[in-house]
Amino acid sequence: MTFRKALAALAVLGFTVVAFPSVALAVAGQPVENQLWFQDAVTPTMEATMEFHNLLFIIITIITIFVTALLAYVFIRFNKRANPTPSKTTHNTLLEVVWTAVPVLILVAIAVPSMRLLYFQDVVPESDMTIKAIGSQWYWSYEYPDHGDFAFDSIMLTDEEAAERNEPRLLATDTQVVVPVNKTVRLLVTAADVIHSWTIPSFGVKIDAVPGRINETWFKATKEGVYYGQCSELCGVRHAFMPIAVRVVSEEEFAQWVEQAKEEYASNDNAPQQLAAVAVSQ
Amino acid sequence: MTAAADAHAAHGTPTGWRRWVLSTNHKDIGTMYLIFGFVGGLVGGAFSMLMRAELMFPGVDFLPAMTGGDVDAAYHLFNVLITGHGLLMVFFMIMPALFGGFGNWFVPIMIGAPDMAFPRMNNISFWLMPSSLILLVLSVFMDGGAGPGAGTGWTVYAPLSTSGHPGPAVDLAIFSLHIAGVSSILGSINFITTIFNMRAPGMTLHKMPLFAWSILVTAFLLVLSLPVLAGAITMLLTDRNFGTAFFDAAGGGDPVLYQHLFWFFGHPEVYIIILPGFGLVSHVISTFSRKPIFGYLGMAYAMVAIGVVGFVVWAHHMYTVGMDVDTKAYFTAATMVIAVPTGVKIFSWIATMWGGSIEFKAPMLFAVGMIFLFTIGGVTGVVLANAGMDTSMHDTYYVVAHFHYTMSMGALFSLYAGIYYWFGKMSGKVYPEFAAKVHFWVTFIGVNLIFFPQHFLGMAGMPRRYVDYPDAYAFWNYVSSLGAFLSGFGVLIFLYVIIKGLRSKEACPDNPWGEGATTLEWTLSSPPPFHQFEKLPRIK
Repeated sequence: MTFRKALAALAVLGFTVVAFPSVALAVAGQPVENQLWFQDAVTPTMEATMEFHNLLFIIITIITIFVTALLAYVFIRFNKRANPTPSKTTHNTLLEVVWTAVPVLILVAIAVPSMRLLYFQDVVPESDMTIKAIGSQWYWSYEYPDHGDFAFDSIMLTDEEAAERNEPRLLATDTQVVVPVNKTVRLLVTAADVIHSWTIPSFGVKIDAVPGRINETWFKATKEGVYYGQCSELCGVRHAFMPIAVRVVSEEEFAQWVEQAKEEYASNDNAPQQLAAVAVSQ
Repeated sequence: MTAAADAHAAHGTPTGWRRWVLSTNHKDIGTMYLIFGFVGGLVGGAFSMLMRAELMFPGVDFLPAMTGGDVDAAYHLFNVLITGHGLLMVFFMIMPALFGGFGNWFVPIMIGAPDMAFPRMNNISFWLMPSSLILLVLSVFMDGGAGPGAGTGWTVYAPLSTSGHPGPAVDLAIFSLHIAGVSSILGSINFITTIFNMRAPGMTLHKMPLFAWSILVTAFLLVLSLPVLAGAITMLLTDRNFGTAFFDAAGGGDPVLYQHLFWFFGHPEVYIIILPGFGLVSHVISTFSRKPIFGYLGMAYAMVAIGVVGFVVWAHHMYTVGMDVDTKAYFTAATMVIAVPTGVKIFSWIATMWGGSIEFKAPMLFAVGMIFLFTIGGVTGVVLANAGMDTSMHDTYYVVAHFHYTMSMGALFSLYAGIYYWFGKMSGKVYPEFAAKVHFWVTFIGVNLIFFPQHFLGMAGMPRRYVDYPDAYAFWNYVSSLGAFLSGFGVLIFLYVIIKGLRSKEACPDNPWGEGATTLEWTLSSPPPFHQFEKLPRIK
C-alpha cells in the first residue's frame, strides 16, 4: 500500500518536472534561462521523442531512488553500531535470478517504444519538398532544388547585429532557412571540408554532415516561428559559431519568400551538380 | 633485516636511481605508475580548470588573455584543452593508476606470486609512458594550424585531424597514442601471463580475488582493442603525410570508417577504465562490511560479460553519422544488454553490505559514493543507448554529464578508494582519517555540482566542445564552474592527506582493517618485503 502511494507520489513528481519547463518556456525554438528540460517540440518526431523520454525518465528515476533507498537502509540498519556481528551469507540463487531477470524485463519494456520511435524518426515519409544543407568551416549553405534551385549561405550574426535584430546571441544567422508549416521537408546534408552536424533541438533532428556522403532526414514543423540549432560535431576553431536558424512560415508567406529568394540569391542553375561536386572535391 | 631482504642481498638490492629506472620489481613499478598517474591527473585537471574558467560566463574573456588577445587562437586553445584533457585523463591518469599502478602492486600479491611473469617487460611498459607523455606535451606546443596544439578532440576524427589540421601537432599526438598503446599491450600480456601461470598452489581461477579478475578482463580488452586503434591512427598518419586516402572520400576512402575503427577500440576502452575500479570496489565493500563478497561467481562473470558485450556496441557513439536504421536498432538492443551485468554488480555490492557490520572509513565512503554515482551514470547510459532518443542527446552536455558520472566519478572514486584502502599497505604509514573524509565530502559535492547541471544544459540543447554558448545557458554553466573549483580544492585536500600520511610517524600494522580484509596482501608486512612469497602460500 505504502509502496503504491510512493509510486503515485513519484509519478506526480515526475510529471511536475516534465510539465514545469513548458510553463517556463516563453519563446519557442531557443533555450531559456535556467532551463531544466527539452526545448518545446514542434515536430511529430520531437513530440514522440519527448513522450519516450518521459517514460525513460520515470523508469530511471525509480531505479535511482530504489538503489538510493537500499543504500540508505543498509547504512542505517547494518552499520557497525546497529549490527556488530556480520552475517556470513554469500549466496541467494533466487535473489540473483531476480536481479538479472527483472532488468531484462525493464529493458524489453524500453526497447519496444524505443524501436517504434527509431523507425518513425529514421524512415523518411513521402515528402513535399527537399532542402540541401552543406556544412563548411564555419557556416551553412542551403539549396532549394524544388523551387528554382537557388542557393545561399547562412552566417552567424555578430553580437551587435543580433542585438540589433533582437535575436539571441550566437544563434542568429544573416539568412534563415525558410520552410512552410505542416509540410514534410526532406533534408539532404553533406559537408565541404570536415564533418559538421545539422540540428534543431525543437525538431528532434540531428544529422552529421560528412564530406563525400549525403545523409537524409526529415521534419514537419507544425508551428510557425524561428527555431535555432548549433553545429553539433567538433569542426575546428569556430565550431561554436556556425548556428542554424529555421523560420517556419505559412504556405502563402513561403511562396512569397521563394519568389523574393529567387531574385535575391544567385540561381544555382549553372551548377546543378553542386552538391555532388562539393562531395567529390573532397 | 628480514629474511627476504637477506636472500635478496645475494645479487644486491638496487639503490638510488638504479632502483627506479632499471626496476624490475612489480611494487616499485606500481609505485611509479601511481606517481605518473598523479602527474597526468594534475595536468589534466589543470586543463579542466582552464576550460571551466572560460565557460563560467558567456562570452570569450578568459582564454584570449593567454593568447595575447588573438580570439581565433583562443578558440583553438579551447579545442586543444578539451583534447588534452580527454587524452590525459584516459591514457595518463586513470589507466596508469588503476591498471598499471594497482594492477602491478596487487595482482601478483593477491594471486600469491613473487613478481610479474616478465619483470623486464614490466620495466619497458612503464618507461614507455613518460616518453608518450613527453610527445603529447610537445604536441601542445607544436603548430596545429590556427595555433599551437592539436584541437581535434580525443577522438581525432578525420578529416578534421587530417586535412583540417596542418602542422606537426596532430602527428605528435598520434605518436604519443602509439607509444601509450604499445605500453598497454605489453603490460596486458604481462598480466595475462602472470595470472594464468603464476597463481599460488590451490588458487584456482574461481578462487582468485575479484581485483585480479578485473585486471585479467581488462588486459584482454586492451590486447584485443588497442591494435585496432593503432591501425586507425597509423592510417591517419599516412593520410596526413603520405597521400593515402583511407578516410578521404575524394580518394575513395570514408571518414566514417575512421569512426568505426576508433570506437571499436574506444568503447572497450571505457570498460578498460572502469573494470579495475569494479574489482577494487568489491574488496573495499567486502572489507568494511566484514562480510565476504556476495555472489562471487556472478560478480566475476558479470565483468567477463561486460567485457565481451563491450566489443559489439561501439556504433552507439555514432548514431547521427547516417547509419542504416536496422544497424541502429541492433546497436540499441546490444547496448542495453550491458545494463544487465552492470545491474548484477550494483545489486551484489548492496547485498554484500546487507547483513554486514559496516564501518565508514574513507575508502568505504569513496566506494559507496562510487556505487551511487555510477548508478546515476548508468541510468543515463540507458537513456542514451536508444538511438531514437540519442538523436536529441548526441554531442550535447547530457553526454558529457553521463560519461563523467561513470568515469570522473565511477573510476576516479574507485581510484581514491584504492589509494586510501592500500595506503598503509604500500607506504607502511597511516593517512589522516578525518582529512580523508573531508576530502571525500568536498569531492562528492564538487563533482555533483559540476556534472548534475550538465544534464539540464544537454537537454536544453547545449552542444559539447563549445568555447562560448548562448546566454540562456549561463546559470548552469556558472554552477558547473563553481563545482569545478570546489573539486579542484578537493585535490589540494587530497595532496595534504597524502603528504601528511607519508610523513606520519605511525606505522601501519600488517592488517589495519581487521577480519574483513581477507586477501593475501594483508598477510604480508606493511610495506611488503622487496620480494614476497619466497615460500609460496597454499590456498585452501
